Amino acid sequence: MERLTGAGVSPGAGYGPAYVMGGAVPEPAAGSRHDDDPVGETARAEAAVERVAVELEARGEAVGGDAQDVLATQAMIARDPALSADVAALIDAGTSAERAVYEAFMRYRDVLSEIGGYLGGRVTDLDDIRDRVIAELTGVPMPGLPSGDPSEPYVLVARDLAPADTALLSPEIVAAFVTEAGGPTSHTAILARAMGVPAVVACAGAGTIVNGTYVLVDGTTGMVGLVPSEEEVAATLHVAKEREAILAASSGGPGATSDGRPVALLANIGGPRDMRAALRYGAEGVGLYRTEFLFLDREDAPSEEEQMAAYREVLTAFPGAPVTVRVLDAGADKPLGFLPAPGHEPNPALGERGLRILRAYPDVMMGQLRALARAAEGTSARLHVMAPMVADAQEAAWFAGACEEAGLTSAGVMIEIPAAALRAAELASVVDFFSVGTNDLAQYTLAADREVGGLTRFQDPWQPVLLDLVAMAASAGVPCGVCGEAGSDPALACVLAGLGVTSLSMGAPALPWARAALARHTLAQCQAAATAARAARSAEDARAAARAHLPGLAQLSV
Amino acid sequence: MPERKVIVESQVGLHARPAATFVQTAAKAPIDVTVAKPGGSPVSAKSILSILALDVRHGEAIVIHAEGEGADRLLDELVAIVSAP
Repeated sequence: MERLTGAGVSPGAGYGPAYVMGGAVPEPAAGSRHDDDPVGETARAEAAVERVAVELEARGEAVGGDAQDVLATQAMIARDPALSADVAALIDAGTSAERAVYEAFMRYRDVLSEIGGYLGGRVTDLDDIRDRVIAELTGVPMPGLPSGDPSEPYVLVARDLAPADTALLSPEIVAAFVTEAGGPTSHTAILARAMGVPAVVACAGAGTIVNGTYVLVDGTTGMVGLVPSEEEVAATLHVAKEREAILAASSGGPGATSDGRPVALLANIGGPRDMRAALRYGAEGVGLYRTEFLFLDREDAPSEEEQMAAYREVLTAFPGAPVTVRVLDAGADKPLGFLPAPGHEPNPALGERGLRILRAYPDVMMGQLRALARAAEGTSARLHVMAPMVADAQEAAWFAGACEEAGLTSAGVMIEIPAAALRAAELASVVDFFSVGTNDLAQYTLAADREVGGLTRFQDPWQPVLLDLVAMAASAGVPCGVCGEAGSDPALACVLAGLGVTSLSMGAPALPWARAALARHTLAQCQAAATAARAARSAEDARAAARAHLPGLAQLSV
Repeated sequence: MPERKVIVESQVGLHARPAATFVQTAAKAPIDVTVAKPGGSPVSAKSILSILALDVRHGEAIVIHAEGEGADRLLDELVAIVSAP
């Protein structure tokens, strides 16, 4: 089958004939004229407008709520008196009704799109109403959805979807959505997730899909397959079902290998608002609590009381569980309004950032550490505090001393700089734990800026050299977690466990995958996979070599 | 002649729901009603497209003009709509 790729924004797989929407109403030819009956032609135009307005109102009444308001406004636009005056004037001058409608709408369309912003966004609505009126006048099929229930659910293919299109949809009617435009927050994405229907947006080439073509959609991977074979359909639908079952079966319980070696599965969070997802996906605690949200975009430093409230909200949500907080990680690319502006740095990634800034402004750090110590009082969560961007044992010791002074019992450091990994044993003698940030560790180890698109191959967490550095950190004698997105690759989760990593922290939705992958392998299998991966000479080879030792991954269809 | 100058207090300006309510109210009246930005050319208050195209933002002034039977009462109603935050 031919494959298109977009962004999967609503998981699951769907299959059915394409119903291609929009663009179906051709522009009435310029210069098209009526048969010298301006009165009859104007009446024809007005009748078409009225039928469209009534239909929009009826759709609104059928759905109610906010959608009804949106559709009522669209009906109002259809009946706009200034618009009908323009249409009538054009018809009086000899223009056909359909061309008059087209030209009258275009005037307002141009004005609104020039203003942009909210009004620019209304242009889609305007086009939709225009096409409906022209379809009424010319007898071409109405844009939007077929009326009545289809014989089988279809895959709705469109450039983008307007509220009027989607108001009456249900999973019995639509097997999947594919749009050429849109993003993860587009109307289509939100609607699809709410309906539980798979969706792929920003799909280049979706405009070439022909009406009626059978289409297979994987809303997890973003794959859109045209005219797939029976086997391909069965395989994709099967994988999606399996994924659902695995997700349902492995959304709780502590992470461990099949022979019982515990590997704590923790969530990365950026503030209290991420806690709900962490709990839903069965996080055993928090492995990385980024605290920047408290400090960025403000003119004054947050008070200790304000900080304490934000920390306590998370600590109380995880009674008896580990919560690892990273102190403020600012830099020239993330400047703070309440500190003097940093000097220009040609390469902020190698500049004064993380713990380096905190050493220059120790008051900010001490305030944060004191707020953390107070937040932990009276809660049963096990609070761990760590510093970002630590290069050597001297910096690590300075941070650990500050934590002790603030009354904190567990101080650790992020392993992001190769120097820290290479001398892990020295650092381990002055702190209580490590947490490896694989994204920055890759950037610094391979001298490849994370922000440079052309260097993405160096960001591959399967680079054998990264696995070497993780192994050094994990064998230095203190608990060592990994908090980069590396853990969200189920195969890599097993390899990291095999390297001796004691916890994996990631975006919460990936946790069930890591849990399922670990539960299907013994520690010995994970260790064999890790050894094989480190012996490889490239990221691709490392991936393949590790998978050969991890047969359980096939059951996960990943 | 009945005319009111008023500051638009709605956070979204004279767009979206406030614009719809404004136009619905004006359209019910049997008399002519216009809206303009100060010094600008007036457009029909019964035309949602013309109102949107005026692009009136939060905090901007508009001049509403009506003539005929019940003009004052109608202007009061319209002023109340745009003055609501």
